[in-house]
Amino acid sequence: MADLRVEINKLKLDNPVLTASGTFGYGHEFSDYIDLNRLGGYLVKGTTLHHREGNPYPRMAETPSGMLNAVGLQNKGVDYFIENIYPICSQYSSKAIVNVSGSCIDDYVACTEKIAALDKIEAIELNISCPNVKQGGMAFGTCPKSAEDVVAAVRKVYPKTLIVKLSPNVTDITEIARAAEAAGADSVSLINTLLGMAVNAETRKPILSTVTGGLSGAAVKPIALRMVWQTYKSVKIPVIGLGGIMNATDAIEFLLAGATAIQIGTANFIDPQITVKVVDGINEYLDRQGCKSVNEIIGGLIL
Amino acid sequence: MIKKNVLDMIVIDNQELSNNYFLLKLAPVDSSQSLPYAEAGQFVEIRVDKSPTTFLRRPISINFIDFDNNELWLLIQKIGDGTKALSQLKISDTLNIIYPLGNSFGLPEAQKSKLVLVGGGVGVAPMLYLGKVLFEKGYTPDFLLGFRSSSDIVLMDEFKKYGNVHITTEDGSFGEKGYVTNHSLLNEPIQKIFTCGPKPMMMAVAKYAKENSIECEVSLENTMACGFGVCLCCVEKTTEGHVCVCSDGPIFNIEKLTWQI
Ligand SMILES: Cc1cc2nc3c(=O)[nH]c(=O)nc-3n(C[C@H](O)[C@H](O)[C@H](O)COP(=O)(O)OP(=O)(O)OC[C@H]3O[C@@H](n4cnc5c(N)ncnc54)[C@H](O)[C@@H]3O)c2cc1C
Ligand SMILES: Cc1cc2nc3c(=O)[nH]c(=O)nc-3n(C[C@H](O)[C@H](O)[C@H](O)COP(=O)(O)O)c2cc1C
Ligand code: FES
Repeated sequence: MADLRVEINKLKLDNPVLTASGTFGYGHEFSDYIDLNRLGGYLVKGTTLHHREGNPYPRMAETPSGMLNAVGLQNKGVDYFIENIYPICSQYSSKAIVNVSGSCIDDYVACTEKIAALDKIEAIELNISCPNVKQGGMAFGTCPKSAEDVVAAVRKVYPKTLIVKLSPNVTDITEIARAAEAAGADSVSLINTLLGMAVNAETRKPILSTVTGGLSGAAVKPIALRMVWQTYKSVKIPVIGLGGIMNATDAIEFLLAGATAIQIGTANFIDPQITVKVVDGINEYLDRQGCKSVNEIIGGLIL
Repeated sequence: MIKKNVLDMIVIDNQELSNNYFLLKLAPVDSSQSLPYAEAGQFVEIRVDKSPTTFLRRPISINFIDFDNNELWLLIQKIGDGTKALSQLKISDTLNIIYPLGNSFGLPEAQKSKLVLVGGGVGVAPMLYLGKVLFEKGYTPDFLLGFRSSSDIVLMDEFKKYGNVHITTEDGSFGEKGYVTNHSLLNEPIQKIFTCGPKPMMMAVAKYAKENSIECEVSLENTMACGFGVCLCCVEKTTEGHVCVCSDGPIFNIEKLTWQI
């Protein structure tokens, strides 16, 4: 049994396996399937200052080895989270991390301030990369200046671990990662979904109500892995890797490419028990490779 | 709330029926495990390992549960790659399901009331198990099943075990000619209608129910990614805003929907 503990700045995780925001609900939905306490942590769904209805149906299209979504950050707002969900999250030892989204800097800051007051939430993930909202979201994450502005503003009000989630829909993701680091981010997570599109040839209509949406699942893995590697080499803060992780081997590839922790997203839909299987798989791999700690393989790609 | 189970199942039987329908009978691989209880209207999510182009699980209604023989029945129509791969499963092949998912049909109090279970096409699937549950509670449900032609009719003998069966075919080759909403049964006083089928059919049934002040529940089939309320892809617009068809549904009272009927 290898030591699976990793640290993302002040945030101490029992193992590097987290879940991706928007694919794991509020966590407790998985309690019939797995023991939530076996995860390093879990990212709750995108939370905004105010209630959001999200985009109209249809919001999903299956694509080769993946899917497009256009949910558009549907959620009941941060106050609902604090009153109704936070008490449930507090019952688990596994760490809940809130994914904070917004459409203007003031909203990001106001939402973060409310989360900062919650004792048991030790970190937030700032989502500056959602492709499915008209204003804000990804717009913040596709230009270094605006990324820096929003991260700096949130940093001022958030003393705990601040993770910034990056968009892959840019020419050079390392540029945005460095901007986030310069503005005080403790970690970057990547990737959010890739902008894509699906068409129904028979009806000649787009499948998604929003025409375009975010691609996730196995199909995006090579791109995500490449971006994690590039980012790992260009920033000093820990990188959290995600995008298309479907099994333990995929997760290990991200760790080797430089991720200190990984997130599992779309794979939860196909196998709701995949997260604990990945924890076990990483452990078996480390034993097989004769490693005492998972930290020995992080960034351990042999060139 | 009924616990959701991830189960490995073994194929007991896979019968080709008419019109691209097939009846898949499954039992737990671990034969010492009895199928947990499920309510009428609930569904399963099947992982289709044998189809490389099928990435997500496929939602399929519970057609019937034979608790005595520990069997789960699914009535499936071949639509695309996923359902085609399921149709090719052989006896003793295995597959993984999540069971059971979703809410259930609301059963009325008074047992004398006339309950009509309207199914169209493969939408007849959940009506068999609903009929059985109602029958066991002392009701005599009326099944009103619509098909395109007599050759499409499926599971007739099964339905007959639990209630009165009324058929419509579009070409008039069996039962009354036309759509379910034209059937003479609907002229009688009815307390509640349950319906599942193509959306235009359900809308017509819902409209009829609304105009005649009959309580009505519909089973929706919005496209799904997870099937258990975490991705928010399957939403239906209701009087309470967007709700998930997979976890708040698939059964909805028509009063809650925002359909223009
Ligand atoms: C709660 C629920 C219960 C269901 N119960 C049954 C059942 O008991 N028996 C049964 O045969 N089917 C049922 N369905 C529908 C079934 O899930 C789909 O037919 C199946 O997923 C199609 O998969 P495929 O890979 O064969 O086809 P795909 O390749 O996925 O699709 C083929 C074509 O059908 C369209 N399509 C697929 N699914 C849907 C959908 N849900 N709504 C509208 N268009 C769609 C696609 O856009 C595509 O054009 C149910 C669906 C839901 C949501
Ligand atoms: C249905 C769905 C909803 C999502 N919602 C969010 C969200 O609210 N916030 C966010 O930062 N990312 C969201 N994402 C992106 C995922 O967290 C993740 O970055 C992406 O799916 C890539 O990982 P995967 O391939 O493992 O799914 C969502 C993804 C999906 C599929
Ligand atoms: S299909 Fe994921 S929430 Fe309904």
